[in-house]
Amino acid sequence: MTLEQNKETFVIESNNLQQLLDALKKEGYKVIGPKISDQAIIYDEIETVSELPIGIKDVQEPGKYKLEKRSDKAFFGFTVSPQSWKKYLLPPVTKLWEATYSKDGICFKEESLPDKKQAFIGVKACELNAIKVQDKVYLEGEFVNPLYKRLRENTFIVAINCIYASKNCFCTSMNTGPKHTDGFDLALTEIIEDEKHYFVVEVGSEQGMEILKSLDSKVASKSNLVNMEQVIENTVNQIQKKLDTNNIKELLYSSYESKNWEEVATRCLACANCTMVCPTCFCTTVEDTTDLTSDHAERWQRWDSCFTMDFSYIHGGNVRSSTSSRYRQWLVHKLGTWIDQFGTSGCVGCGRCITWCPVGIDITEEVKELRKAQGK
Amino acid sequence: MQELKTKIENPMLPKTFQIHKVIKETYDTYTIELSGQDCKSNFIFKPGQFNMIYVFGIGEVPISISSSSENTSHIAHTTRSIGAVTNAINALRAGDTVGIRGPFGSNWPLEKAIGKDVIIVAGGIGLAPLRPAIYHLLSNREKYRKVTILYGTRTPLDILYTNELEKWKSMDVYITVDRTDDKWRGNIGVVTTLIPQAAFDPKNTLAMICGPEIMMRFTIQALQSKGISDTDIYISMERNMKCAIGFCGHCQFGPAFICKDGPVFCFEQIKGLFSKREI
Amino acid sequence: MESLQKVIEEHSFFKTLDEKYIEVLTGCATNETFKEGEFIFREGENADKFYLIREGQVALEIASPSQRPISIQTISNGDVLGFSWLFPPYRWCFDALAKSKVRAISMDGKCLRKKCEEDHALGYELQKRFGEIMAQRLQATRIQLMDLYKMPARG
Repeated sequence: MTLEQNKETFVIESNNLQQLLDALKKEGYKVIGPKISDQAIIYDEIETVSELPIGIKDVQEPGKYKLEKRSDKAFFGFTVSPQSWKKYLLPPVTKLWEATYSKDGICFKEESLPDKKQAFIGVKACELNAIKVQDKVYLEGEFVNPLYKRLRENTFIVAINCIYASKNCFCTSMNTGPKHTDGFDLALTEIIEDEKHYFVVEVGSEQGMEILKSLDSKVASKSNLVNMEQVIENTVNQIQKKLDTNNIKELLYSSYESKNWEEVATRCLACANCTMVCPTCFCTTVEDTTDLTSDHAERWQRWDSCFTMDFSYIHGGNVRSSTSSRYRQWLVHKLGTWIDQFGTSGCVGCGRCITWCPVGIDITEEVKELRKAQGK
Repeated sequence: MQELKTKIENPMLPKTFQIHKVIKETYDTYTIELSGQDCKSNFIFKPGQFNMIYVFGIGEVPISISSSSENTSHIAHTTRSIGAVTNAINALRAGDTVGIRGPFGSNWPLEKAIGKDVIIVAGGIGLAPLRPAIYHLLSNREKYRKVTILYGTRTPLDILYTNELEKWKSMDVYITVDRTDDKWRGNIGVVTTLIPQAAFDPKNTLAMICGPEIMMRFTIQALQSKGISDTDIYISMERNMKCAIGFCGHCQFGPAFICKDGPVFCFEQIKGLFSKREI
Repeated sequence: MESLQKVIEEHSFFKTLDEKYIEVLTGCATNETFKEGEFIFREGENADKFYLIREGQVALEIASPSQRPISIQTISNGDVLGFSWLFPPYRWCFDALAKSKVRAISMDGKCLRKKCEEDHALGYELQKRFGEIMAQRLQATRIQLMDLYKMPARG
């Protein structure tokens, strides 16, 4: 998948969207897209367009998530799912290697990397930026994560420009949306206008072009493009939440000893939901196991969270035992130290952490409080 | 400097190393000497770096390399028994095998110290990560001016490398213990009390410190009050580590990953966070 | 052979002390040497001196009936030994045992105490310096008490 900007735009009718799913399947991609399960919109394998949450939107507020009917039959009229695409690039549980013990000593055998290709349907701008943030962690450092690299290379991205923003969205503050800029293979914008229902399609790569060629499409007209910009503009205007990122790193670095952290800790349950739903959180742990014969061992990697009690365990105790220190670690890392580590913010403004916090702690409000406390 | 490091193909996969010798240093600390089973070439590392040692079926821990970086037909690790994996390491015998991943991390600034006085302050097991630096100073002695080693342990029974301390005569070595019986004829008191005896020009000295964090904090204060600047003080930090390659997030200390930005840090770089709690 | 005054003048403990006070101190000072194993002072004795250690090592010890004597701390060359002479009841709290040959300059504490009462400025200068030494010793003792190298407790 190349990341060249290819400005050719096309239009496909909504009743031809199935062709896209079929074309991808034909090319050997496992097609993963949004569907409704357990009263939420999640990302799972889909076969037909009818499985999409047609005419459904998600109402998200601090600590609240509910699905409601839309006034139209939009295919992608919702914002972000409780999970993120990181589930498919950095799987929650992975086997790293296995080892055997014999008289010749230990013999290590690494797990082979998967060959299966996958296509993500409906990646939002904030989500694609989150993937780029994780690319910096896993692909651009001194060491490269081989599994992430392979999965990433095998991923086809069908991005979607948002037509609806929830109360928790703040991508505009983080410069991560709602409009896609690059990094996709195809980017769709859904237009519903009177009787018309179509997608404006931007091609972002050679593979994207290859897939598009096999679909019924026509070149986008000027009015199609105007409609597209209009729709995106509407979405921008729906965004209510703001995060002031002005000098945020300096603000956080000078707030380590603020009383605010203890205040948050009276509400925070350290349940780790925020880290599980966050599309950029990357912490993992390793588990070494043996079987009963004790001559076979395995090492597994699992998602972990800095909110867990023994995340920072050393020498008989935890460096961060108080909830306030753990919340501080998460927030200061996400919005502050991440910038020094990887050159970007760790936050893409998707609002998931606000939605899925059982007590509705809002990261943007916490920053506001820190600014207030410092008079900045 | 990439070319000086051992090339790591898959940094998550351990290589098999065989234990060639086990030395009992004290009642709870052992040194294991290893050589690689599958690689014939020498293990290249810089003083201050560490390996992840895997004991079959038990787990993996980060342990500093405690042998010479110039003669690497074997490498050594000195480990104190403080948990499941370290206990298991210290139960190993010659002929046993372990998994090794590494070397990882930053190193002691031995080039920067050339032409200067060097003061090394070690507390407890902290002498182990400093030993490769001491070996380097010994074999390149003429490049450095006055070298002083201050070493403090809990009791005389906890002193490491007793046979070797004698051999480090081209450097001033002072040892102290926190408590003792009547047989000990040397200093009693914390390691900072030895600093007045060390001779160095504070404007032209490089300090390397390793030990429990509180000990390092007080040592830094004592060296600062002698006039050594924060840019000339280096310490070795420790945090929980799972991957050692900057992916698992566990070893973060503010913006620094102890596994790749450390474990050796210039104090100037981390002093903002060093005395803050629960970082 | 260096003059006593010069040695006192150059000792870091008395740096920046006024010329006239150096003379006073010199007037109260004597060179002393102790053999290895000799006691410089004993617990309970009158504390009428303090010592500038020029060479050697001294251990502060305390003995209890059923145990061998315990060494608490060692004082080495360049250090000052003894501050019980400054405060009532002017008695030594520990034994001071020479662990090697020790050369020291002893200062007549009784005489100095009298001079400090007569000239408070001298008293202040000495109190300042001893205060600093005691603060450092207290700090070091606190760290020693922390038992930093002990096996960490299971949390």
